[in-house]
Amino acid sequence: MTNVFIVVISFLLVVTLVQLVRVGQLLGDIRKKDFNVVTETDNKRQSFLMLIVGLAFLASCVWQYFAWNPLLLPSASSEHGVIIDELMRFTMILIISVFFLLHLFLFYFLHKYKKSSDKHKAYYYTHNNKLEYIWTIVPAIILTGVILYGLNVWDRITNADTSEASVIEVYGKQFGWNARYPGEDQKLGSHDYKLVGGANALGIDIDDVNSLDDKVTRELHLVVGKPVLMKLRSQDIIHSAFMPHFRVQMNCVPGMTTQFVFTPTKTTKEMKMLEGDDFEYVLLCNKICGVAHYNMQMKVVVETQEEYDAWLLKQGTLSEKLLTQK
Amino acid sequence: MSDHHNETFLSKYIFSLDHKMIAKQFLITGMFMGVVGMLMSILFRLQLSNPGESFAVLEWFLGEKWAPDGVLDPNMYLALVTMHGTILIFWVLTAGLTGTFANFLIPLQIGARDMASGFINMLSYWFFFAATIVLLTSLFVETGPASAGWTIYPPLSALPQAIPGSGLGQDLWLIAMTLFIVSSLLGGLNYIVTILNLRTKGMSMTRLPLVMWALFIVAILGVLSFPVLLSASLLLVFDRTFGTSFYLSDIVIAGEALHHTGGSPILFEHLFWFLGHPEVYIILLPALGIVSEVISVNSRKPIFGYKAMVISLMAIAFLSFIVWGHHMFITGMDPFLGSVFTFTTLLIAIPSAVKVFNYLATLWRGSIRFTPAMLFAIGFVSTFITGGLTGIVLGDSALDINVHDTYFVVGHFHIVMGLSAIYGMFAGVYHWFPKMYGKMMNKKLGYIHFWVTFISAYGVFFPMHFLGLAGLPRRYYSNTAFPMFEGLTNINEIITFFAIVGGIVQVLFIFNFFYSIFYGTKASKNPWGSTTLEWTTPIERIHGNWPGEIPTVRRWAYDYSKPGHDTDFVPQTEPLKEGEEEH
Repeated sequence: MTNVFIVVISFLLVVTLVQLVRVGQLLGDIRKKDFNVVTETDNKRQSFLMLIVGLAFLASCVWQYFAWNPLLLPSASSEHGVIIDELMRFTMILIISVFFLLHLFLFYFLHKYKKSSDKHKAYYYTHNNKLEYIWTIVPAIILTGVILYGLNVWDRITNADTSEASVIEVYGKQFGWNARYPGEDQKLGSHDYKLVGGANALGIDIDDVNSLDDKVTRELHLVVGKPVLMKLRSQDIIHSAFMPHFRVQMNCVPGMTTQFVFTPTKTTKEMKMLEGDDFEYVLLCNKICGVAHYNMQMKVVVETQEEYDAWLLKQGTLSEKLLTQK
Repeated sequence: MSDHHNETFLSKYIFSLDHKMIAKQFLITGMFMGVVGMLMSILFRLQLSNPGESFAVLEWFLGEKWAPDGVLDPNMYLALVTMHGTILIFWVLTAGLTGTFANFLIPLQIGARDMASGFINMLSYWFFFAATIVLLTSLFVETGPASAGWTIYPPLSALPQAIPGSGLGQDLWLIAMTLFIVSSLLGGLNYIVTILNLRTKGMSMTRLPLVMWALFIVAILGVLSFPVLLSASLLLVFDRTFGTSFYLSDIVIAGEALHHTGGSPILFEHLFWFLGHPEVYIILLPALGIVSEVISVNSRKPIFGYKAMVISLMAIAFLSFIVWGHHMFITGMDPFLGSVFTFTTLLIAIPSAVKVFNYLATLWRGSIRFTPAMLFAIGFVSTFITGGLTGIVLGDSALDINVHDTYFVVGHFHIVMGLSAIYGMFAGVYHWFPKMYGKMMNKKLGYIHFWVTFISAYGVFFPMHFLGLAGLPRRYYSNTAFPMFEGLTNINEIITFFAIVGGIVQVLFIFNFFYSIFYGTKASKNPWGSTTLEWTTPIERIHGNWPGEIPTVRRWAYDYSKPGHDTDFVPQTEPLKEGEEEH
């Protein structure tokens, strides 16, 4: 029944539209005026609308900023995240100013220079090389600044010192994550994808002595203030390990190992005080990977060295796990 | 030129060799695909604003299999997102936009009887048509259409075990894309040859209207970049079908270790984006060209800084070939390469800024006439500013780390590429409709169409930046799996509301288009008072465009409101007066 209604209503709407347009055309015929010629009244109305809607759009942007600001990510919980946030603030201030400035010019010109009467003539002005040089060179100078600042930050992030960092492997597969800790020898054992199966979900080579004390976990625990060298692998397709609170993201690519270095600066407990009791750090997948892509996550906990040691002690080593299996 | 050979229905409307008819074929196919692509987006928007809720409309469109009890299936969600992207980017904004305006305008504006090869031109459309049929067929296969995103990154797109859409659906996608590329190359070569060789007497390159420059450069971009996508797809076909390992290595999926070793998925990303980034400008440049014409005609002023406009088009086109890596900052690519791509990417802001300033300078002290085409051209300038500026965030590798693949990107490219190009396309249709069909489109419907589209489009895409800054990844079936995204449902509801409003109002445009073809008021020969050559042709469509000799061009295309003339426009065919400077 609803379907019939929808069809009938749509049909009537189209008929109404046709009739309205035809009335317009007939009126035009009677008044001997072409109904579709743009008149001065049109120009006045449209340019006025442009000004009103344009300013309303700019106002709505401001409203969105204030209304939704609390929903945005809290300030970074990692050392390099802080410098990213600074760069972001600088860039945002720059682009938002340019956004408002150019739009105000646009809406003002449209309103001011509408054709308002027959006498209104445009000014024949084809080019002005000096002006054009200025508005090529000024953006070029500003962008040089943006590029240098950006590259400096990028360089500090990607060339971070790894000598002090503890290695942790993050392993993605449809549709979940594992972390692997190197154990007391601080060395991750080697791996081969052909060994994946059963209890050995990460395909670790147990003939390698470094593997024996490795620990594979379902959660990622990090020590506050201690640099982490995160090694990323994937079992099947490309995933992306995204930890928005730390400003960390890196793809996990089958067949190769990627990495990211960062230092967490705030414990989960501290964040709970700041952001509310529900707060949890999270690692989520940010590269389309299939049906449950939207729910591929791992809990991340940042804690003190003591808490971390206690937690890690409880995790069984790989040799224990695999030997009990056998 | 034979004007009077007998035309049957078949030779006039179907297998036409006439560039004007081929243009209309591209336009109407593009419009049809636009409706399909937009409907898809509304279907998945319903799921995003009301996750897990039942909608009769979903079941009605997708059936019991893909929307059981009216709830969208997560695999179908990914398929819809993939097909929406593929259709809008390639079918609507590449073929629909360039195919229409390059075919229609090139011979008319440069003063040629037709394209260099009418037959190749026809083939170009029919390859496109075949591609369309194959792509639409893939919507109906049992395992669903391609679902690995429009970027079809392997291994996801290579392994049917990873996602059902990577079975037959992906095969059909690849076949459709191959046909599409053939169509695009045939068209592109034809455009280049025609513009270089068939310009009428006096039409030097520096007298070409800017839209000709834009289409010329776009054709070159297409010819240089599409073959790379073709080879990338071909290697993917090999991996999928013949067991090679170009992109695949060390994979365990569905409990089985595959034999592939030594390949690299990153190779595919490099090849893909070597096309993919120029493709963005293949979409954008024709719109830049169209908007330049429309703004100049309706401001009754010459386009400001013609030379700078041409040079900035060339600069954007050149840079578009050396920035592809900015899509890959976080793939594990060498960070040094990241630096290089950040540098080249941010450089694009310079020619883009020049374009915006020149548009503003064109409006300055103009005598602006607000036709529907002009309104859409203005909309283009606005979205080009907004979307261009957020590109400065994304192009900066350090900032990209945290906004990569979030809704910030979705908002950015929909505004700068999607909206800008579609506004350019609307501006073009409203502006050249009188030339295409000899009728006027209804002005009032055009106004309503513009305002509702303009408001709802910003209503859809502007809030997405905030979603992205809240960390929400794109291509998520639902954001309910993470407590941190719970507060974002409100924003998603607003977006879906505007998407539906914006979708419905396109009915007005389609109605206006078809109604005006049949019942619109008759157009005069040059309704906008334009200087370019296409408005010197008769209103009736004829083969060969001009009944007598092809006119000779004697001045540039932008003599609007030139002092010393009676009218506020001087056609390109009018000789310079004694002592008159060209410009």
